[in-house]
Amino acid sequence: MITVENINKHFAENQVLTDVSFVFESGKTNLIIGESGSGKTTLLKIMIGLFESDSGVVKYNERNFTEMNFKQKKNLRKEIGMLFQGGALFDYMSVEENIIFPLTMFAEKSEEENLERVNFCLNRVNLENTNHLLPSELSGGMKKRVAIARAIALNPKYLLCDEPNSGLDPKTAILIDNLIQEITQEYNITTIVNSHDMNSVMEIGDKIAFIHQGKIWWKGSKEELMTSDNQELNDFVFASKLFKRLRKKF
Amino acid sequence: MFTTLRNIGQYFLLLRRVFSIPERKTIFFKQLILEIEKIGLNSLGIVIIISLFMGAVVTIQATLNLINPLLPNYLIGLATRDSLILEFSPTMIALILAGKVGSNVASEIGSMRVTEQIDALEIMGVNSANFLILPKIIAAMFFFPVLVIISMGIGMFGGWLGSISVDVTTADFLEGLKYEFIPFYVTYALTKTIVFAFIITTVSSYYGYFTKGGALEVGVSSTKAVVYSSIVVLIFNFILTKLLLA
Ligand SMILES: Nc1ncnc2c1ncn2[C@@H]1O[C@H](COP(=O)(O)OP(=O)(O)OP(=O)(O)O)[C@@H](O)[C@H]1O
Ligand SMILES: [Mg+2]
Repeated sequence: MITVENINKHFAENQVLTDVSFVFESGKTNLIIGESGSGKTTLLKIMIGLFESDSGVVKYNERNFTEMNFKQKKNLRKEIGMLFQGGALFDYMSVEENIIFPLTMFAEKSEEENLERVNFCLNRVNLENTNHLLPSELSGGMKKRVAIARAIALNPKYLLCDEPNSGLDPKTAILIDNLIQEITQEYNITTIVNSHDMNSVMEIGDKIAFIHQGKIWWKGSKEELMTSDNQELNDFVFASKLFKRLRKKF
Repeated sequence: MFTTLRNIGQYFLLLRRVFSIPERKTIFFKQLILEIEKIGLNSLGIVIIISLFMGAVVTIQATLNLINPLLPNYLIGLATRDSLILEFSPTMIALILAGKVGSNVASEIGSMRVTEQIDALEIMGVNSANFLILPKIIAAMFFFPVLVIISMGIGMFGGWLGSISVDVTTADFLEGLKYEFIPFYVTYALTKTIVFAFIITTVSSYYGYFTKGGALEVGVSSTKAVVYSSIVVLIFNFILTKLLLA
């Protein structure tokens, strides 16, 4: 479980987040949705400490992350896997080296055990036998999957995914969504997914936070979302004609 | 003025993060080997070509100025040797490397910054400044002197080729190369080189590391890296010459 309480954040004149509070539950895929530029990435980066918030508290299972010193944060981060919006694979390292990197950095295991873990993770994302390819030799979807493999290499308790399926075809996108959901349920991870993709919302949204104008404008499950009468939420979620028609049927 | 001061402050704060003990020695040494190859070995070709022509030109110009019935001909070899050792090899090569290595370092680190690879390192608990920059500094400080010594040798060889073209005898030229050799000049040149290596890698890393934005800004950073590391190299060339020779 990750809790954020009263998070505020601004860049120069731009107030990005105002008083954001939310509880991200374990064993569930928690979704943060909102328009482009609404502050989803910013919130995620505050949660992991890449940005500092102006005020507010982030807690990992009652452990106050905001008040930790550098070393404590570092220790906690071993429990967190993060998938960046662009994948952020190390581009001079092969797929295998990318995934083994956090293992050699943190885990006190032998080379063989680490390699075994790499292959297990690659298998988990359906990418066997790509060990020696470079990121530049992978397709967009493969990169995302390698990034997921790297994020889960250390068996994280928390998994933060920044738009795991943006820029992918619908089929691959759903594949990745399902993968994230499976991993979440299998290991009872607290997973947070940033998205503005409505397919993912309907597919995996166990618990949803809608950010609008820097605030948590609405929260609920995907079922509740279908019947909500929140105007801004509806404008955002059912932006396309297709979704509007689908909604009427529902 | 204010931004200059802030840049300098930020530069030293970055250096403080760079100079810490690497956490995983094996990973550090792997990076170091990679950097020696990238920064050092890959610059060998350009250093050889430049030194060869530089040596030849220096000799021809020295000949034009020194050929005189009253002056012994070995002065040409001597002039070639000393100008190569004192100035041309260390400073010229440093400026060339500021262009080649500086832009390379800044664009590599800059693109890692804008594609969030540095963030990814940080959240894995890696001190990214230390991990990325320290191997480059050490590789350069270790390998640039090697390049400069090679450059001196090749430069003198180029000088000999040049001397043939202007009818100075090989015997005269060689005598000049050997005449009253002062070992301290080499020490001075290598001291300069080590300082230049530090300047080039740290200044370029600084501009790469604090890149903001996208691919366009990576280009801007790499240009700045080359310009500023060249300027700082020239300033320190003046300071070190004043301190060590004057
Ligand atoms: N490092 C930064 N410096 C200044 N402003 C920033 C920075 N990062 C983000 N912002 C601003 O914060 C706001 C929110 O950005 P953020 O990246 O969090 O949006 P997002 O919801 O993730 O959008 P998208 O869906 O397009 O990824 C934007 O207005 C952006 O301009
Ligand atoms: Mg984003």
